[in-house]
Parts: sequence; structure tokens; C-alpha cells
Amino acid sequence: MTEMNMIEAINFTLRQEMEKDEDVLILGEDVGRNGGVFRATDGLVDTFGERRVVDTPLAESGIIGTAVGMAVRGLKPVAEIQFLGFIYEAMDQIAAQAARIRFRSAGNFHAPMVIRAPYSGGVKTPELHSDSLEALFMHSAGIKVIMPSSPSDAKGLLNAAIEDPDPVLFLEPMKLYRAIRENVEEERYTIEIGKANILKEGSDITLISWGSTMAETKKAVQMLEENGYSIELIDLRTIVPLDEETIIDSVMKTSRCVVVHEAVKSAGVGAEISAIINEKALFYISAPVLRVTGYDSPYPVATVENDWIPSVDRIVREVKHVWELSLD
Amino acid sequence: MNWIEPNSIDVTPIQHLNEQGVLTGKTVINDEEKLDIYKWMVKARRFDELAVKFQRQGKIGTYAPLTGQEAAQVGSAFALEEKDWIFPSYREAAACFVRGTKPSSFFKYAMGHLHGGILKEEGVFPVQIIIGAQALHAAGSAWADQYKNNDAVSVAYIGDGATSQGDFHEAMNFASVFQLPVVYFVQNNQWAISVPYHKQTRSLSIAQKALAYGMTGVQVDGNDAVGVYETMKEARSLAKDGKPVLIEALTHRMGPHTTSDDPSKYRSKEGDEAWGKKDPIARYRKWLEGLQLWSEEEEQDLNASIEDELKQAFNEATETTTTSLGDALGYVYEKPTNRLREQILEWKGSGESK
Repeated sequence: MTEMNMIEAINFTLRQEMEKDEDVLILGEDVGRNGGVFRATDGLVDTFGERRVVDTPLAESGIIGTAVGMAVRGLKPVAEIQFLGFIYEAMDQIAAQAARIRFRSAGNFHAPMVIRAPYSGGVKTPELHSDSLEALFMHSAGIKVIMPSSPSDAKGLLNAAIEDPDPVLFLEPMKLYRAIRENVEEERYTIEIGKANILKEGSDITLISWGSTMAETKKAVQMLEENGYSIELIDLRTIVPLDEETIIDSVMKTSRCVVVHEAVKSAGVGAEISAIINEKALFYISAPVLRVTGYDSPYPVATVENDWIPSVDRIVREVKHVWELSLD
Repeated sequence: MNWIEPNSIDVTPIQHLNEQGVLTGKTVINDEEKLDIYKWMVKARRFDELAVKFQRQGKIGTYAPLTGQEAAQVGSAFALEEKDWIFPSYREAAACFVRGTKPSSFFKYAMGHLHGGILKEEGVFPVQIIIGAQALHAAGSAWADQYKNNDAVSVAYIGDGATSQGDFHEAMNFASVFQLPVVYFVQNNQWAISVPYHKQTRSLSIAQKALAYGMTGVQVDGNDAVGVYETMKEARSLAKDGKPVLIEALTHRMGPHTTSDDPSKYRSKEGDEAWGKKDPIARYRKWLEGLQLWSEEEEQDLNASIEDELKQAFNEATETTTTSLGDALGYVYEKPTNRLREQILEWKGSGESK
């Protein structure tokens, strides 16, 4: 066991995977000598050389498109998009190429690759650096989407992502890169992709969140528990595939659900979760599923971002609201 | 002042076999290969005619004809080695055939069969619909070969329209920066659907775009199979040593963009006639006849055998059982997600709900 923050855990995992398998290579902007703008790839070029830790030209579509070609031809590229907000530039290569190739070739070709990208606000970045865009990829069948919220989850999930035979988008909450330190197992381990984590059991209300908003959600849970609510807290960990079973089992027990995410509200993952509960557990719930999310606007400027991101207060308020709305 | 003027770049196309079927350059192609190239071109054209006919009869779906581009496709693919990879667009049936793709696969693809199209063993990437996207896949594939010290080359087949796309430029840049064993083979067929070359780019040639990336560019008469073959041979050898090449093959799509397109809306008869005189197959046949390698009788035998083969290929495609949607959904991920499994069951009529 070693104490690590999330960025150290990611760096550790990448090193471990590259030692294990020579076909794993890293490509992206500033990932080499600079070690990535957040130091996720720090020092790797010294160990593995420029052949395996590649500073690419500044071109997002180029990074992902070449990774598709590599992956199909037997390499295991781990591509970095410097900030998730820049991923629109590579949207075709992800959604129309990497995600679809298995389906459109009836399994004859596939692209086992990982795309890492930091996202999330609360760190006062310039425009288009902070957006939470996971729903776009949930809507693009063929790719998996992982969003860890702790250093040890980041390690186990990144290990799993790199060995996964499908393309995986691995989204790292910038805000949590250095916010949490915890003991992380150094031995290689994997966390199953598509399995949510019940962080805390409870009986009154199910609270579901993932990635960056786990920090606020945990604080809100603490306050609510102090106020006498029994909260079941689920960290989704993976957006695609979605662990419907854990969600449904929990809601059938608590009969109430609030989803917290940083992405905009409309057509977000929260809407999807709400629909699943509606389809599969309608008669077990006693109140509408409520959502605490970012507002339906582009991610805002730094001076107002803390009002835009779901706050502890907003989460507490909506949990109390769902309690008031309950039929029983 | 050292201004670089756009029209100061002069590109002269390579030509080995002129429009009269006279060999004006050198060639290393032996007699057997000469005949093979011809046969592939004739087969491709006949396949094309049949595919258009079958589409008109409602037997297959939309098809993108290649007639006029046989020399560019066959000449270039024929110059490759078995270990090489090609990354075609939807108009590259002829190049794919040379690589071993069966005509029945192309018929199946056009019929919308799940298992239609390309097989990995052929060293051919699935045909690309998004213009230019395959340029990057070819770079990545070449990168994989470079990484694994394989002695293979990847070739991206793109059209003149694709050279306007960002992916083309990113691919050229990556190829050159990383010295990848890749060849960009542009079939400049003069038309991106209805938009002519001069409205696609103000560059006097596509070949000259290579200069901006620090790589080698070359223009070749794309209706001259010998010239194309020799150019690709040379390009392959450069690329293999980490010197990527951009080849512009000047050619002409004689037919429509696809079977849904009407070129009479945007193309002149005079222009088509002028290009008709440059027909890649006619000039090649004249050359073979001049060499006493080909006769009318052999032509008839060839046509008959192609007719038989393509008829069989079409029958095979027609008789192929349709795969179900339920089976198709099994190919989204390596293993279907729980939700997909549920949807497959639902489709099969035995869905369970909680």
C-alpha cells in the first residue's frame, strides 16, 4: 500500500501497464518531456522512451484517428486529450470510427484503445476546458465510458480499461486529481467495468453520483445523515455500461432517488437513470426522481462557476425536496 | 522578397503509357503481370456495370461507380505486397479485388448484409464512408508496423474532395513528423460529387500539397496503369524507409458519384468526351495488342469467364441468408452489455422485464 492522489495513481498505473505489455503506448499533446499538463505521464518518457510515450502534433482528430489504426493493427494505444472540452475536434474519430468499427465489420475488426481526458470545473480554467460531456458518448454506441472518483478506483478502472477489448473513454475529474490522498494497493488489480460502487448503505433515499461531483455529494450525505436522513450513496464509476441492477435494487429498497451530475441537465445521464427507474421500478418509488446538475448553458466563466456546479446546498435542498414530495 | 507564389510550383505528371497505347517510359512489369493488370481492370469495369444495373433493378442498394478509375486502382494495388494494408473509401472495389476481396462480398455490402464487405485477412480496412477519415487510420496502421519493425506499408485511398478535410492534413502531418511507412494515394477524379477540382482547392495540384508537410509528392496520369504501377512501386520503397509519399493520380470518374446522382446537372458532354479519349482500359489493350500479348479471341474468352464469375458472385450474394438484427446487436461490444442483452431478448420476443 502506498498513499497516492489520483494523478499519482494514474501515473503509477500507466507505468505498470507499460511494463507489463510492450504493445501499450501513450500518445498525446505534451505527454512526453512535459509529462502531461497535469503530470499524468510524468517521467514515463525517461523509462520507456519517445517510441512509447509520443508527443504528437497538436491535432485531436489526428491523435484519435491514428490510435484507431494502431489499435486495429494490434497495438494498445492510450491516447490523451488534454482537456475534455477539446474532444469535439475528435468526435468523428471516436463516435463514428473507434466506436463503430466492430459493429460495422460484424466483429471482423475492433479497436481496443483508451482515451484519457481530464474534465470538470471548480478549478477556474479558461473556456472549454471544464465541460462534462459523458452523455455525448453514452449516446454513441460501441464505446465504454469510465469516470472514477478516487485514486484507488482510478487505478483499478484504468487497469481494466487498458485490457478491455473495446474502446474506452476514461474521464478524470480535474478537481479531484490532487484533492484526495488514500492508500492504494500497488499490486495490479482491476475493477469491473460496468459495476457501480455502493459507498454507503441507507434506507431513506438513494443518491447517485460519479466522478467530479462525488466530493460535494459526500459532503451533502454527511450533512443529511446528521439531520436524520438515512442515505444510500452510489458511485456509478462507469457510465457505459450502466449498472442498472445496482440502481434498481437500491431504489426498490429506498423508494426515492436523487441523481447528482456536473453535466447540463437536458438529456444527461441523470435523465437516463430517471427513465430506467421509471421503466423498471415505477411501483417501488414514492417520489419523482430528481436531478441536481449543471445548468443548461455552456460551462460558464470562472467567477460564476461555483454557482453553476451542483453545490452541497443544492444537493441537500433537492434531497429534502424529494422527501417532501414522497407519497408515503 | 522571398514570396512563395502559388503558381510558381510546377508539377509535371508521370506518364509511361500514353493515350494512344504507346509505351513512352520504362517498366519492370513482366508479361504475365501485364496481362493480370489488364484482366483486373476489365473485371472491375464489368463489375461496375453490373452493380449499376442491379441497383437500377432494385437488386442492390446505393453503389458508387468506379468506371474510369480502373488504372489508378488496379495499377496501385498491384504494386503492393501481400503484407501491406490498404484503407479504401467506398469507391475502391477494384483495388480491394486485387487484394483478394471477393466480388460477392462487395455485392453483399451493397445489399446491406451484415457480413458483407471486407475481411481482415485481405489486408484491407473496411471501406470508409466519412471522407478522409481513413487517412489517419492508415497513418496509425503504418505506425503499428513501424513500432513492430514489420516491413509493411499502409496505403490510404482518398479522393480529391478528401484533401479538403482536416483529417487529410492531420494525417499528412503525422505521417511526415513520425516518418511513417504510409502512402497517400489520391485519385483526383475531378469531382467531389458535383463540385469540380478548382472549387475544391486553389492549389494547382494535389501533389504539391506534400511540400507543405515536408514529404514527397508526385503526380501521375491516373489513367495509365503502367505509370501508376511504377509510381506506387517507387513510393512503396520510399515509404518503407520512413519517407511517406503523397501520390496524385489524375483520373476521371466517368459515371455518377453514386447511383443516386445525376452528373448531367453539373458536367458537360464535351468534358466527358475529352476524358473518354483517355480511357485507361482502351489504351492498355492497344498496348497489349501491339506487344502481340492480346487478341480479340482472348478478349472474348476473358469476357465470358468474367461474366460467369460475376454471375456466380451475385448469386452467392443473393442466396446469402439475412442475418438477424438480434445477431447484429451482438457486435456492438465484444460482449453485449446487460442492456443490449435485454434488447436482443426483447427483439427475439422473449424479453423479460423486472
